[in-house]
Amino acid sequence: MFLKEYFGTIYKASKSLLTGMKLTGYYFFHPKEIQTHEYPDNRGTLKMADRFRGEVIMPHDANNEHRCTGCQACEIACPNGTIKIITKQEIQPDGKKKKRIDTFVYHLELCTMCNLCVVACPSDAIVMGQTFEHSVYDKKQLKKVLNKPGSKLMEGVE
Amino acid sequence: MRLLGDDILTEEGEFIINMGPQHPSTHGVLHLKIWLEGETIKRVQPHLGYIHRSIEKMSESLSYRNFIFATSRMDYLSAHMNNEACALAVEQGLEVEVPQRAKVIRTLMAELTRLSSHQLWWGCTGLDLGAVTPFFYAFREREAIMSIMEETCGARLTQNYMVPGGVMADLHPDFQKHTKEVLTQIKDKLHEYDEVLSGNVIFEQRTKGVGFLSKEDAISYGCTGPMARASGVSCDIRKLKPYSAYDQVQFEEILDTGGDCYARYMVRMAEMKQSVSIIEQLIDNIPEGDFQAKTKNVIKLPKGEFYQRVETARGELGVYLVSDGAASPYRIKYRSPNFSNLSALPHMAKGAKIGDLVAIMATIDLVIPDIDR
Repeated sequence: MFLKEYFGTIYKASKSLLTGMKLTGYYFFHPKEIQTHEYPDNRGTLKMADRFRGEVIMPHDANNEHRCTGCQACEIACPNGTIKIITKQEIQPDGKKKKRIDTFVYHLELCTMCNLCVVACPSDAIVMGQTFEHSVYDKKQLKKVLNKPGSKLMEGVE
Repeated sequence: MRLLGDDILTEEGEFIINMGPQHPSTHGVLHLKIWLEGETIKRVQPHLGYIHRSIEKMSESLSYRNFIFATSRMDYLSAHMNNEACALAVEQGLEVEVPQRAKVIRTLMAELTRLSSHQLWWGCTGLDLGAVTPFFYAFREREAIMSIMEETCGARLTQNYMVPGGVMADLHPDFQKHTKEVLTQIKDKLHEYDEVLSGNVIFEQRTKGVGFLSKEDAISYGCTGPMARASGVSCDIRKLKPYSAYDQVQFEEILDTGGDCYARYMVRMAEMKQSVSIIEQLIDNIPEGDFQAKTKNVIKLPKGEFYQRVETARGELGVYLVSDGAASPYRIKYRSPNFSNLSALPHMAKGAKIGDLVAIMATIDLVIPDIDR
């Protein structure tokens, strides 16, 4: 009786090991079924999802115009103080003074990509970009100015 | 207690070693001080605080829309459920009716998160107990779920998808198609999990009868989630106090009476199947309509206290929110599942061997940032 149990345990143990080995052996000979991305090599074909949140960017059109009115809604919405907007008074052709953005400072090092600023923006001036390789050698390079030099507010955006 | 010699031997001749805070099997910065006699554990003392970021205090200075993002960093493997708990607590105060579509989306996302969390746990359990291969099989399915998250929510881990009133964005047009593909893939591959680990003789011997936690102890230590359910405590918030769309789906609460590491393992394996079934029931019945209820730009809650419980992948998360009528919370307290589950570790590890401690910790499924917050 004891011997039967003893050999039964050995049989069950070896069977369980072989079941596992059969599966791992299958994948050993079918390496393509385990999906791994060879990341730095596939940079050319790698496409991130449209909604992927990599960094905040401000799209400019062909005339170097953006849609940011400087309302600072994103600055208020940001939980970390990532965005700082410096505004200036600009004299319009008709002589009136109007508030325009001077610099749109974005601290990438503080950003958690929570998307709250993009949701808060009333004029769709900022969107999330799909870039994700943000490593730099100096942390000062992570402080970015989003509006391009010489850019203006787009016509019809208030 | 007075320490002798090199501070590693006590007067009774017990040997003190430190496990962590950077030990590979602690899954994070958990520091365990262990009193040993030979290889038998006499006492375990967890030391916390290595990853404390004062999320509760920080939330007091943030608005009701803004504080939710930080909870993704507590239990990062169930970020959706954490966000959902906060959103539900704020909605309780606002008394807004969440659209049906948003409720279903929330439930779908929470179950997908639970699946991915359990898969990571399964891989890591194998890793801790000396089996490296399961980790790769687990991450194959998990990667598919992560790409769904990336597609719809915009991030893989810290999604911040739940907002007060609903969800941040509508589902991606391909969401249903991709989710069905993932479900077929998972259902095809779940039997492999059992073949490679569950039935394995070495795994069984290392987990069966190890780290026993009785039903009474599980209740008195405040354990929740799969850990308490493996000891026979019925504590699934999805069943007891349904939120979101859990009252519209049929699923079983998995209970086991073993109370040991193997029972905890089997409960989670069965929960994966239940999650697949919940997603299957909902994926074809996503109602049309708004994905977000209209809320004011600046949310102000009425004076009072609000409490919301949800079932995360690790147990019950409670959000206790005190409002004084201002635009930011007066006080927030999170009742995190991992903190209570960890408190049972010294009890379970008493008298066990060092190798068993690793098995016990693996099956508690600790996420350290959730303990410290």
